[in-house]
Amino acid sequence: MKTFKTLIIIFHLLFFNNLYANENSERNEITKNLRCLICQGQSVYDSDSDFANSMKILVDKKLNEGLSDKEIYSYFKEKYGDWILYDPGLNKNTYLLWLLPILIFLFGGAIIVKSFIFKK
Amino acid sequence: MKQKLVPYSIIVIFFVIFVVFYKSLEDTNIYTPEVKINNDIPIFSAELLLSNETLESKEIFQLDKFYILNIWSSWCAPCRDEHSILMNLSKSNKFIVIGMNYKDNKKNAKSFLDELGNPYEKIIIDKNGTKSIEWGAFGVPETFIIHNNKIIKKYIGPLNQELFLEIQNLTK
Repeated sequence: MKTFKTLIIIFHLLFFNNLYANENSERNEITKNLRCLICQGQSVYDSDSDFANSMKILVDKKLNEGLSDKEIYSYFKEKYGDWILYDPGLNKNTYLLWLLPILIFLFGGAIIVKSFIFKK
Repeated sequence: MKQKLVPYSIIVIFFVIFVVFYKSLEDTNIYTPEVKINNDIPIFSAELLLSNETLESKEIFQLDKFYILNIWSSWCAPCRDEHSILMNLSKSNKFIVIGMNYKDNKKNAKSFLDELGNPYEKIIIDKNGTKSIEWGAFGVPETFIIHNNKIIKKYIGPLNQELFLEIQNLTK
């Protein structure tokens, strides 16, 4: 009987734990992709500064208003610029960042094609 | 020709990398926020500090007038330093100074104003800091100059005598 009771308690503890995690998962996902602008190298999710805490409240508010994650990102981008996003869009400052890996990949491919296929 | 391709491309790659690194040497690694100006002001409704009313943003900001929105708090030391500048700006009658009380309690905010004077025509309460984020602010103190419902200038950090003269010239 005693083991049965303990099992029930453990089961409930696990259950409530899951409930809590689900509640904030969307907000956490979004705040992990937002840079805390006044901190050094932390996301809004990681930080506990005044700025980050207000950001979390505002993200919650926007989610309640029914905005999608993309709309929330573009909302903050409009206010604070590209820097607030960890995933920068393609523009004149970031084209090298996006194109360099592709160029390196193509160059590597060219070397492989040259040395393995044309040798035969 | 085929044998020369590899050394040439290596030279080109090194040249590209050199240019990229050389260019980034000139950039500072301290991030200074991009000051976004000429943005429309956000639409909000807010409680006032000194009277228990709630106002819409369009009731506060009208066209054809110059407004100064100053984000301040009683616990913020630089706000204390810039307060005399704000007093002078409100006396000059060119601007309507609006305050935004950031993450403060009413009692401390009121005693701050009793001690140093009240330059603000209206004071909006921003209890949880979300309103200042809607304005694109980072913290306290921060000052926005508003004309025709657009942010024409933004100052991060406390105002000083130099900025006071600059703000005065904005209305001309």
